[in-house]
Amino acid sequence: MSTAAVVAVSPVRRAVARFLANPTTGIGIILCILVALSAILAPILSPHDPIEQDVIAQLSPPSATHPLGTDYFGRDVLSRILWGGRISLIVSLTAIAAAIVIGGAIGMVSGYIGGRFDNFVMRVMDVLLSFPSLILGLIVVALLGPDLVNLVVAIGLTAIAPFARIARAPVLALKERAFVEAGRALGYSHARILFVHILPNILSEVLVMGSLWMATAVRTEASLSFIGLGVKPPTPTWGGMMRDGFENILDAPWLPIFPGVAILLLVLALNMVGDGLRDATDPKLRAE
Amino acid sequence: MIGFVVRRLMAAAPTLIAVLTLVFVIVRIVPGDPALVILGDQATPEAIAALRARLGLDRPLHEQYFEFLFASLTGDFGTSLVTGRPIVSEVAAVLPHTLDLTGAAMVIGTVVGVPVGIWAALHRNRAIDVAARILSLLGLSFPVFVSGIFLLLLFALHWKIFPVIGNANLADPVDRLHKLVLPAITLGLVMAAYITRVTRSAMLHVLSEDFIRTARAKGVPWRAVVWKHGLRNALIPVVTVVGLYVGILIGNSVLTEIVFNRPGLGKIIVGALNQRDYSMLQGLMVIYCFLIVVVNLITDLTYGLIDPRVKHA
Repeated sequence: MSTAAVVAVSPVRRAVARFLANPTTGIGIILCILVALSAILAPILSPHDPIEQDVIAQLSPPSATHPLGTDYFGRDVLSRILWGGRISLIVSLTAIAAAIVIGGAIGMVSGYIGGRFDNFVMRVMDVLLSFPSLILGLIVVALLGPDLVNLVVAIGLTAIAPFARIARAPVLALKERAFVEAGRALGYSHARILFVHILPNILSEVLVMGSLWMATAVRTEASLSFIGLGVKPPTPTWGGMMRDGFENILDAPWLPIFPGVAILLLVLALNMVGDGLRDATDPKLRAE
Repeated sequence: MIGFVVRRLMAAAPTLIAVLTLVFVIVRIVPGDPALVILGDQATPEAIAALRARLGLDRPLHEQYFEFLFASLTGDFGTSLVTGRPIVSEVAAVLPHTLDLTGAAMVIGTVVGVPVGIWAALHRNRAIDVAARILSLLGLSFPVFVSGIFLLLLFALHWKIFPVIGNANLADPVDRLHKLVLPAITLGLVMAAYITRVTRSAMLHVLSEDFIRTARAKGVPWRAVVWKHGLRNALIPVVTVVGLYVGILIGNSVLTEIVFNRPGLGKIIVGALNQRDYSMLQGLMVIYCFLIVVVNLITDLTYGLIDPRVKHA
């Protein structure tokens, strides 16, 4: 790349170009789109009703009518995987969005105010952070009761502290910059300075973290469902299907394979996209 | 050294108290009366009142809070509602199994992760580096219960090399090791993937520093540059990350214990969830918190071993 080109192209454009030039990122994006589409189009794509039981076709191996076989209740595994993707995506998207909004706001306000208040808030965040996240999620869901909303609360709670930290760090430096001082001189309110002028500067960093945490959230949701703390049956979830398959592993060893591959694919795809985004926006890597 | 440990423990005290407060709050946000939840709808009012008195729920909240803090800090984690035994002895009975598993996983993670990470960094963007990056990304993306079940399918059900049930006889070292292999690999692979990534990026960062160029310029052999100058400096971020990883390791060990049906803290916690043993849950959370505070302390002490510039005096 010539020097002239570097000057002409905006940093955002360069980041996008770097992001797309990475083959892993491309594969990750395609996989994510495929999983999202299959979950959205589940009602059309599913060959069977995901909760309809067929006692005669109990634990049948993959066949023409049931491409991925059936479970203990004779339910079609393929249809359940397609529908189960919805729970994984809805829970992790909502939980991470909530964590970004709540954690991000806590971190920004704390860093902006500074001083003892900031010290105290970050101490509280350290406490949340020092807790094993799966154990925290496990206990919160167990105490509140397993349902969709409580899963979102539990998973969101484990992700608030990291987002508070990631949003706070750049605010500490940004609030000393001339444009913030200019805003204050113009009489802008603190809220306006913080959310109109500072926020756009930290957004990319927070969103990159968001995509990596999506992967963690999908894994946590699946783990909780596997333990038996997911959305209640008969609603299909990938973790719950792993659990059912695991219980019938001696009679139908193929049963846990398909939902396992589904979880793995989605987590892998999200990690690939997150890694690509991070590399593309990391200033330290730009020299490469 | 001892002075440093004491000061670090003092500094950890506010965090510990804050974590204990969080535990107290979490256990008490349960909607409804815990006594009613434990005993069920059919319980008589007398039985509920008796249980409330036994749990101390009939007393003011601040009294409960200070008693909980005092008891926890003096090592009294309460008794199980189900078995009536002290939580400490319930935990002590299964702790060797969990320590076997997590210890073995840490060894596997380090023995595989550190050399592979260095190797990948030294061959940046070559085939070996690309392979290491893809494999570590794959390792990080495997939820442990999925990789555990896949390993179980292959090595225990298909090839029958390892047992399906993991309840080892602690007195028999061969049996203990044989039943440890699959679970330890399951847990160790995720850790190895994690350590590979951190070691690689830390090594790349250190190798681009000026002092590495200086060392090479004055004729220090490349091998010595990598191992003495490079690795020693790269190890600090690696140890930090391994210390932070303990929280994830604890969560993953719970899932591994369920998959391999091993006795351990994970099985106790799931049992307590199913039996609504709130005292047990509270006690276990307190024990986990102590564990993490201790691990953070060990992490800090390790810095001094790796880097003489870090003084504990």
